[in-house]
Amino acid sequence: MSPVSRGFFGRRRPVADPSRVPPGQYVTSDFPVLSAGPTPHTPLDEWSFTIQGAVEKPVSWPWVEMLSLPSEMVTVDIHCVTKWTKLDTRWRGVSVDTLLEAVQSEADYLTVRCDGGYTTNLSREDVSDGKAWVAYEYDGDPLEPEHGGPARLLVPHLYFWKSAKWVRGITFTKDDEPGFWENYGYHNHGDPWLEQRYQGD
Amino acid sequence: MARAALPGRLNWQLATVVELRDETASVKSIVLDPPQWQGHRAGQHVDVRLTAPDGYQAQRSYSIASAPEDEHLVLTVERLDDGEVSPYLVDELTPGDELELRGPIGGYFVWEQSQGGPLLLIAGGSGIVPFRAILRHGTAVGNPVAVRLLYSSRSLDEVIYREELIGLEDDGAVEIDYTLTRVWPDDWHGHRGRIDRELLEEVAWEPSEQPLVFVCGPSGFVEAAAQALVENGHATKRIRTERFGPTS
Repeated sequence: MSPVSRGFFGRRRPVADPSRVPPGQYVTSDFPVLSAGPTPHTPLDEWSFTIQGAVEKPVSWPWVEMLSLPSEMVTVDIHCVTKWTKLDTRWRGVSVDTLLEAVQSEADYLTVRCDGGYTTNLSREDVSDGKAWVAYEYDGDPLEPEHGGPARLLVPHLYFWKSAKWVRGITFTKDDEPGFWENYGYHNHGDPWLEQRYQGD
Repeated sequence: MARAALPGRLNWQLATVVELRDETASVKSIVLDPPQWQGHRAGQHVDVRLTAPDGYQAQRSYSIASAPEDEHLVLTVERLDDGEVSPYLVDELTPGDELELRGPIGGYFVWEQSQGGPLLLIAGGSGIVPFRAILRHGTAVGNPVAVRLLYSSRSLDEVIYREELIGLEDDGAVEIDYTLTRVWPDDWHGHRGRIDRELLEEVAWEPSEQPLVFVCGPSGFVEAAAQALVENGHATKRIRTERFGPTS
């Protein structure tokens, strides 16, 4: 149990439904930006999304083909490890289930690859059965570069560093290989409801 | 500071507040004595957790302002008036209080001698905090690389660590360029206005010298500065950024 901080009472903002706010998080109406380097600006005619690695045959979608795949509108709560939570965010994108239907793979793990060199690791389970999207619209508009446009991964049930910005593909791996922040001491899985922020949490 | 290896897990610990230093009208440095500090690298941060009498808790992250070699752990915090944690830290905390924290956290926005240089540090407002750690660390290891700092503030009164930065520059640890964006004294000899490509061209090392660049500040500041660096020909792989959200 944490001792009481003398003189601290909190400035709690009223939250419609506290059960939607994971432990240690606060609700913000802003959309803060976090990134380890400059924002990439890849022209759409050079953009493609590729699934490769431990797969029978790699598959790739150029931008126009990605847009022609069946898309879904999703409204989800997102949780950043830097403590902010944003409720009811609206996205449009392609379900990762739809993309995975195009490849054959026995591998249970994958690394998400991005422009700028960022990576993050996920299990196949964490991106399957309606849990993850390649999102290219936010709140009805094309996703802005600062927020990961033209497309970012959206995995809202995990801390938001797993929802990799500027996403370009998935590499299936036999073993679970830590990604960028996972190598710098952040938790390998990152479930906000279990407060898995850092290694050992 | 007692040091203990705590492999694998970052435990919460109760640090004693040793001293509070006024830096500007809205910024204080909190000097802390954590009981089990495993050491840190210049540029890392900590999580701070406050607990109300009814058990309610609030957590935030703050950059470490002290070098690994310093006797105490120092956090420098800017009061954000609509914030929840920073007003408490700046206005309420007093020496002798205990502050719950864990860290160090983050391993990318750090500088160690092995990474080499030259170093270009670009700070907006309280984005200077991790650079104090880097500059003090550089001094502690004998200033092995050339360092330039470009520091953007709204006004001279809002420049954090003003005296200390003058001292570091006098000691040859760093060359500093200041730019003031809102108001400046009549006899101001520094730069005026926001950081742009032109100012960076004037101040930064040439891209051919492959400086290692760190940019820290509010999100819009970091986006603009990093973008301008890329446009000026600096390699994206040599630019590391850390952004503050608009909330804290």
